[in-house]
Amino acid sequence: METKRADTVTAPRRFPMREVVLFAAVLVAVLGVYAVMGSAYGTRMLVEAACYAILALGLTIQWGYAGQFNAGVMGFVALGGFCAMFFSIPVNPAFWDSELPGELGLALLYMIGAVLLVFGATRLDRVGVPKVLRTVIAVLLAVVLYLVVINVFRDVTGQIESRAGFIGGLGLPVGVGWVVGGALAGGVGYFIGRICLGLRSDYLAIATLGIAEIIKAFLKNSDWLTRGTATVSPLPWPVPGPGEVGFTLARALYFSITAVMIAVIFFLLTRAYHAPWGRMIRAIRDNEVSAAAMGKDINKRRLEIFVLGCILMGIGGAALASFNSIFDPQGYLPLNHTFLVLVMVILGGPGNNLGTIFGAVAVYIIWIMSAPMALFLMDMAMALGAGLGWDTPTNMDSRALQARVFVIGLLITLVLRFAPKGLLPEKVKHHG
Amino acid sequence: MNELVFFINNVLVSGSVSGSIYAIGAVGVTLVFSIMRFAHFAHADMMTFGAFMVLLLTSVFPGAGAAFGVPTALVMLPLAMALTALLAVGIDRAFYKPLRAHGVKPIVLVIGSLGVTLMLQGLIRLFSGTGGQSLYVDDRKEIFRLALPIEGVRVPVVITEPQFYLFVLTIVAVVALHLFLSRSRLGKAMRAMSDNPDLAQASGINTNTIVAVTWVIVGGLAAIAGTLLSLDVTFKPDLSFFLLLPIFAAAIVGGVGRPYGAIAGGFVVGFAETLAVFNWSVMLRPFRDSLPEWLLQSGNLAFVGTEYKIVVPFFILVAILIWRPTGIFKGKVI
Repeated sequence: METKRADTVTAPRRFPMREVVLFAAVLVAVLGVYAVMGSAYGTRMLVEAACYAILALGLTIQWGYAGQFNAGVMGFVALGGFCAMFFSIPVNPAFWDSELPGELGLALLYMIGAVLLVFGATRLDRVGVPKVLRTVIAVLLAVVLYLVVINVFRDVTGQIESRAGFIGGLGLPVGVGWVVGGALAGGVGYFIGRICLGLRSDYLAIATLGIAEIIKAFLKNSDWLTRGTATVSPLPWPVPGPGEVGFTLARALYFSITAVMIAVIFFLLTRAYHAPWGRMIRAIRDNEVSAAAMGKDINKRRLEIFVLGCILMGIGGAALASFNSIFDPQGYLPLNHTFLVLVMVILGGPGNNLGTIFGAVAVYIIWIMSAPMALFLMDMAMALGAGLGWDTPTNMDSRALQARVFVIGLLITLVLRFAPKGLLPEKVKHHG
Repeated sequence: MNELVFFINNVLVSGSVSGSIYAIGAVGVTLVFSIMRFAHFAHADMMTFGAFMVLLLTSVFPGAGAAFGVPTALVMLPLAMALTALLAVGIDRAFYKPLRAHGVKPIVLVIGSLGVTLMLQGLIRLFSGTGGQSLYVDDRKEIFRLALPIEGVRVPVVITEPQFYLFVLTIVAVVALHLFLSRSRLGKAMRAMSDNPDLAQASGINTNTIVAVTWVIVGGLAAIAGTLLSLDVTFKPDLSFFLLLPIFAAAIVGGVGRPYGAIAGGFVVGFAETLAVFNWSVMLRPFRDSLPEWLLQSGNLAFVGTEYKIVVPFFILVAILIWRPTGIFKGKVI
């Protein structure tokens, strides 16, 4: 799509100066945080940055490899977090010892039956029913059955809430939740992708933005499933917790797990990128028409990569929720979980895995440090203002945090304008 | 009959209220799309900005409305519209124009508009705080109760003062937009550019002027919609995320790039939302003698709870994208 080819062609065996300098800068920043804030805080920051790096890798294959813009990372992160919570926390005997599980199962069966019935009604035209009549029957049936099922569900969930609190977890190992979280996020991604990927890319952005808000609304209001705003904590860790081995060591162990995950994902993605499949994806991104003319199944490839990205986001979200040891549906914010990841990707270099990881760590350090920095600056300004006799508002600290929203937005527009390929641009190899 | 009045109050009035707001918002989105060919995500924040300007001006001159006999906020609306239009043109100059000049894909402009969204949101929150504030600074919200002259009807039809102004202003805005697009030279040039930008440019239309005019109109409409919404409820800086989805759904339902379609789409989405959260068991009450017992037992026959209202526009969006991606009025782009 670009005409300046010279920029993207890598000279053979060039010393990767830019990468070394940028990563050295990040290393210095990390060491600085360790020196100022202590090792427990620094390790926590590293783990969170690693989780964000997984999210960013998911977004970089969607946006960088394939040119699909996902504006709802938050939703997939929340799904992953929910699975991590649901599979790992202990079983709730108050729920399982009553007759409620049977009722919930019955409600689920009703739901499946209703779906099958409506689906059958949409096939009535195969047995000779006129199409208009079929549509009318299907819609009426769907409305009536929906009302019936939703009422049964409201009954059961209301009882669960009043008698058992919530349904509790499954008490399985943490890793199960992470894997299922990735699978669930991938499933939702498949649903969205099937609808939107054949259309203009703007529609995907709108639809993902919507599904993210819906997932959040569902998790926030389903008290029977997630305890809603009451939050669930503590979530177990896959490694010995801070109570057993101390904060720094426990977090370091957790970090080693996320680091291994990143290494594996990175290795596989790099292999895929250089494989014929990766070339095909880039060909579709750069020139859809000619890729289609070559006989490539564009929509199928797009769907593959979109689902793959969503799976990574689900896994990253699960790792993040487990680490924070709390599942709080209200804590999922578009700013923290969608736009921050977007900045990481476009600043680091969309399509360049190394650049994305650099972007994730660098941006996360800036992000986490910006809160104390903003407060410090606001304090300075207030002291200055008081000296000049200004009347400063009282809730300055909460307002100072709002400045971060502005900075993230400014960063997005500036990067798009002045460094559209990011700090570590994607390197396209031209063979022969 | 009391049930019918209840229906009017809860569905007709509130559906028209949200429908009008979505309609004005969707017209702005669709205008940007037809001239510049990208989904403008910052539109909802332009609405918030317009409402915030009204709030600021109203707090500075709280008594100005008394001279005209209307709420101060309405007197300040033209000024806020001008300011928002100025902001829209400024944003285009500063952020979108350089990207367009680079010849980027439309989706990059979408990301750019998300960046603008965050910047606007940050600025508004920085200056207004995060809480909600009423636009009725010094005035009092009047509530009109219209009793129906029918035997046995005890409940009046209730319309509040801001809702009344909302209906009037929506009609004025739609008629003005229609006259502009169909009668004036600039409006015709806009339609020409929306149909075929190259041809429009070749036939001597100054596309830069058209872009600027579009932003002025979009900014003005955004200020109207945001102010009317904030008048009806309260001003909150985080209104925008809940508005984005319905507005885009409305624009797509009506057919992207079709202003009249967007108005229709706005009302479709608005009424669908209110119908979905309406508790239908109330409507069954008059027939309770002739209906089976089990149907009346559950007191709640709403399709979705109010907390899941946002599902409705999404459902409409998905349905329209599956069955008719061009929208009701055959929009241009899929």
